Amino acid sequence: MSAVTKADTAVRAPAPEVEPSSDVANWSPTWTGRLRSAGLRRLPPEKLLPDSQPAYVQSAVYLFGALTLSAFGVVVLSGMVLAIEGANWWHVSNAGLFVNSIHLWGTELFFFFMVLHLWGKFFMAAWRGRRRATWITGVLAFVVSIATAFTGYLSQQNFDSEWISTQAKDGINATGAGAFWNVLNFGQMLLWHVVLLPLVVAVFVGIHVLLVRRRGVVPPFALAARGATGWSDTTEREDLTKDEAAEATSTEEVASK
Amino acid sequence: MSKRFNPDRDVAEWHGPAIRYDLLKEVTVGFAVVLVLALVFAVVFSSPDESAITLQSWSKAAPVDFVQTAITELDGTSASATYGAPYNHTPGTGQQLGPISIERAIGVHIPLDTSRAFVIDPLETLPRQPALTSAIRQYKSAPAKQQTAWTSAYEKVVGKATFNGALHVAPGSYGPVAPMMTALLGMARSGALDGALTKTPQLYGTDYTKPLLFIADGTYMGNVAQSRNLLGNQWGMMNETGQYPGQAWLWLYTLWYQVPPMNSSSNGDVEVWAIMMGLTVLLALVPFIPGLRSIPRWTRIYRLIWRRHYRSLPPVSS
Ligand code: HEM
Repeated sequence: MSAVTKADTAVRAPAPEVEPSSDVANWSPTWTGRLRSAGLRRLPPEKLLPDSQPAYVQSAVYLFGALTLSAFGVVVLSGMVLAIEGANWWHVSNAGLFVNSIHLWGTELFFFFMVLHLWGKFFMAAWRGRRRATWITGVLAFVVSIATAFTGYLSQQNFDSEWISTQAKDGINATGAGAFWNVLNFGQMLLWHVVLLPLVVAVFVGIHVLLVRRRGVVPPFALAARGATGWSDTTEREDLTKDEAAEATSTEEVASK
Repeated sequence: MSKRFNPDRDVAEWHGPAIRYDLLKEVTVGFAVVLVLALVFAVVFSSPDESAITLQSWSKAAPVDFVQTAITELDGTSASATYGAPYNHTPGTGQQLGPISIERAIGVHIPLDTSRAFVIDPLETLPRQPALTSAIRQYKSAPAKQQTAWTSAYEKVVGKATFNGALHVAPGSYGPVAPMMTALLGMARSGALDGALTKTPQLYGTDYTKPLLFIADGTYMGNVAQSRNLLGNQWGMMNETGQYPGQAWLWLYTLWYQVPPMNSSSNGDVEVWAIMMGLTVLLALVPFIPGLRSIPRWTRIYRLIWRRHYRSLPPVSS
């Protein structure tokens, strides 16, 4: 609390301009203030929305992440249009069938770009330099996306969903999950498909992309030219447990030997 | 914390020049490109929407298969009736991995008694059919041994039954079972059985477990699926009706069903799941696994990806 009490301000007229800068400095940090400064420290605006990149960022492979994200956007938007008139709409309307087709092909493109992205990042070893969490959130997004697409196939109310659900039940039941996650229950699968799973994908993708912005784009393997223009001998160490401590000293430059 | 520099885990820092880059533009253009691609594919290829098989369409297209299946639902020998967890208690069922069966441990959670749920309960909803009512009463009050004698006698001959507007089964001592089956077939062909199996006490329903299990117990749906290349041994898990790419990303999952021992194991499903979960964990942990995480450096595909960058580097000074 500020040292200036209500009584103090009341006797002074007119009220002084707010000048408690020294007091503010003494306040114990609020949750809000901590959140803001942590956010700014980790993701300053120029990192969050960069308008420059290191010169090595020159390859079409870098586009696959953005294309995956774009396809996810197309899938979510077309899914929302499908939701407007409800689950039966696209079976009885040509416009609905067209939107469903966009939803299907958006999904195919989503997975196509994601797999290219995955292999691209693998061959770039893009987990180097404290980017392991980026890789792991990518894998999680991949796995949950598969579950989302699967529930989509189950929600089609046609022969495909009928066949897929009656076949897949044995696999799901074999794991024990079938007792609670009933692929033959259309209502349950539809809700997982349109609410729960997309939300989880979005959360993982969100963390994934923010991590990319925070860590910056992974530098190439240094070849023999290390030490030549552009390269320094300083290395970054990744230590997941000591991450936060390291963070406090400096955002990126850690452990020069 | 003084670990040695590991090229597969650490990076040398870059202090070189930067290039102009427009994140917002990239994302906007990317979105436009993908949207146009999706629109083009949608216009050219549309999307499949083949109607689901109903109990009505099944019993109209293959009445004998329907009755053959229905009799096994009544006497509890169908695939669903003997499934085990999560539908019913059936000794010796439940897939296991080594000694462990999670399926069995969790037990029955979606209880299903096919005899009641698929045959007797629906028949009892039919109004004003005194002959049928007394047949059902006779069946229900008979000792189990007598019930089995009727149903197995019927089962033996029903495969040779014919249908020409009415079901013709060779005469035999089936007791009340014959009129019950005839009535159930009529009910299915009228569409009433589809309604009865999805009926809920509160009018609204979204659960199709019962009709789907019933339909899957017959051979008709499997034959339709086979003609569409959708069977498991046709890599069907990743196919769709028509010429559509389907769930191509399930190729690895599907692959394991094609190879021994999973392609013939009674525990195949749980084995494939275990393999896939293991591989998924492995994929997530690639950055931590020595050897695996060195593959990118060894294969040198990165030189291709970053070739413009490497070409722009000054030659190594000796
Ligand atoms: C929903 C799926 C995904 C989306 C929307 C997505 C999106 C992105 C985006 C926009 C980037 C930055 C641009 C780029 O380098 O391409 C990126 C980077 C990255 N992604 Fe993904 N990604 C997804 C799935 C995956 C998967 C499955 C993996 C790997 C298993 C992965 C691993 C990575 C890594 C390691 C980076 C960092 C690259 C670097 O630092 O240079 N991502 N992702």
